[in-house]
Amino acid sequence: MLWETIRLAIQAIFRNTMRSFLTVLGIVIGVAAVIAMVTVGQGSTDQVTADVEKLGTNVVMVLPGQDTMQGGPGGTADPMFTLRINDTVEAEIADVALSAPISQSRARAIFGNESRRTDIVGTDNRYFEAARWDLHRGRFFDPADLQSGKSVCVIGETVRESLFGYADPVGETIRIKTLSCEVVGLTKSKGASTFGSDQDDFVIMPIKTFHRRIAGNTDVTTLFLSVRDGASVEEAMDDITLLMRDLRRIGRGEEDDFEVLDMKQFATMLSGITDILTGLLSAVAAVSLLVGGIGIMNIMLVSVTERTREIGIRLAIGAQARQVLMQFLVEAIILSLIGGLLGIALGLGLAILGANWLSIPFTPDPLIILLAFGFSALVGIVFGYFPARRAARLDPIEALRHE
Amino acid sequence: MAEPPLIDLIDISRVYGTGEIAVHALDGINLTIEKGEFIAIMGPSGSGKSTAMNVIGCLDSPTSGQYRFNGIEVAGLSQDQRALLRRHYLGFVFQGYNLLPRTTALHNVELPLIYKGMRLAERHAAAAQALAKVGLAERIYHDPSELSGGQQQRVAIARALVGNPQVILADEPTGNLDTKTSVEIMEMLLKLNRDEGLTIIMVTHEADMADYADRLIWMVDGRIERDTRKAEAA
Repeated sequence: MLWETIRLAIQAIFRNTMRSFLTVLGIVIGVAAVIAMVTVGQGSTDQVTADVEKLGTNVVMVLPGQDTMQGGPGGTADPMFTLRINDTVEAEIADVALSAPISQSRARAIFGNESRRTDIVGTDNRYFEAARWDLHRGRFFDPADLQSGKSVCVIGETVRESLFGYADPVGETIRIKTLSCEVVGLTKSKGASTFGSDQDDFVIMPIKTFHRRIAGNTDVTTLFLSVRDGASVEEAMDDITLLMRDLRRIGRGEEDDFEVLDMKQFATMLSGITDILTGLLSAVAAVSLLVGGIGIMNIMLVSVTERTREIGIRLAIGAQARQVLMQFLVEAIILSLIGGLLGIALGLGLAILGANWLSIPFTPDPLIILLAFGFSALVGIVFGYFPARRAARLDPIEALRHE
Repeated sequence: MAEPPLIDLIDISRVYGTGEIAVHALDGINLTIEKGEFIAIMGPSGSGKSTAMNVIGCLDSPTSGQYRFNGIEVAGLSQDQRALLRRHYLGFVFQGYNLLPRTTALHNVELPLIYKGMRLAERHAAAAQALAKVGLAERIYHDPSELSGGQQQRVAIARALVGNPQVILADEPTGNLDTKTSVEIMEMLLKLNRDEGLTIIMVTHEADMADYADRLIWMVDGRIERDTRKAEAA
């Protein structure tokens, strides 16, 4: 009998395909929105985690100034670091595996007729190691390059594409300001970061070369540190803060004039934003599910009125009230389940598109899909019950007389 | 006569509303119908013939009085119990055919069997057989909109027949049909009555159609005014 009821409901639904489709549209959109939001949200969280993994959860950066994360003055007034500070931090703190000094500015790199404004970075091989850069072609710096500040550089994939197209850049000479420098290496691409910035857009040269030929001073703008495996990043950060205060002669009660950040902070901040966004959008999507449910109830009520005569016929030939109730309830449930399935398909489709567009992984969560399916069944039961009860309570004589 | 009459109405009243505005649609009806009778109920509009039909068909409950169907008291049955009674013992034919739209003749005829819990294959066979009996074997997959009025009424008769009822209740079955088709339908009902011993109770206001019946009940103002049997051919 239940199977008959289901067959009957499906027949009734497809007897008026267009209206049935419009009826479930609300559910389709609601479910699709929830699935797409949650899936994309999950994907971007995964992406943040993956990025942090790639860069290393053990990376710590020291920047001059305070509140650089909040977009504050960011060290313009506070003094920069020096190579000596960098090396002292590396030598003095046992938990720090290595510390790379970084100086950087923006400038135009030129090769032939091509040019690109990019990050010009002065550092040494410790940076490649701490930031986990791999070579695609050529080599990193020789000891000789570093010691005498030779005019050599390693470039990122984006710069190579701009200046050389698909040609091999190693051995070519590019010009930055007045400096002509030979490309000795090309790094493997890391692609866009979660922050949206292109990680492959740089020219790196020995820090001595940078100081002498680009900056004209010996400032170090960032310390890029890698904490030893197994050591606590937090403890290392405390040690670094203490030592830095000492080195920069900051008195008791005075505020730091530098900031120590680790990747976890970036990650937490970013997934926090993602979570809030996902939550908000899912709430909106849930509201649209509710609206979808009300839409189903509305159409089911119309359907009951329209089919009053049919109900009368069924009652006259011996259908009991609860059989009529079941018929309409099952119809509402199947309608919303169809809506749910369409919504899941559409939502996953949208999530794939979104994941492609944002270049984040596509990670569908079976639990959410199951939940969406269950929720649409629930919508059918809740919003189908009232119209179904109305149908079941019709008086057969009145119903048969209905025009 | 040990066997009780098929239908036995004793002092049946049906009152709509209460007090001053109460309408006595049926006012103390006494009527006994035996198995195998073909009865026509006639009367002016508002005489209560449709109400009588609804009470006999267990679509409506009388306000007072006793109604015994096969000796069983049904006046006090619940709605669901009356539904079961309709399902197993009664078949309805209406003036407006009352077929499900956009549904094949076969499926329309199957409908009562679904509620009887019959399996699909059996149902198909029984419905096709009932349609063949009313001369529509070639049209079982047609929708009502593709059938003439007479054909639709024949589908309705097949639907009333398919559950093997004891009584067919026909409410102005020829009211929407032309004379020629009406005669066809009446011949069919008569044949069912004669060949299969089906009890037929028909409401009509066409005297020609009432002539097919063996017994004529004339109602006025909720009462039976005349109850005449056609003289048996000697």
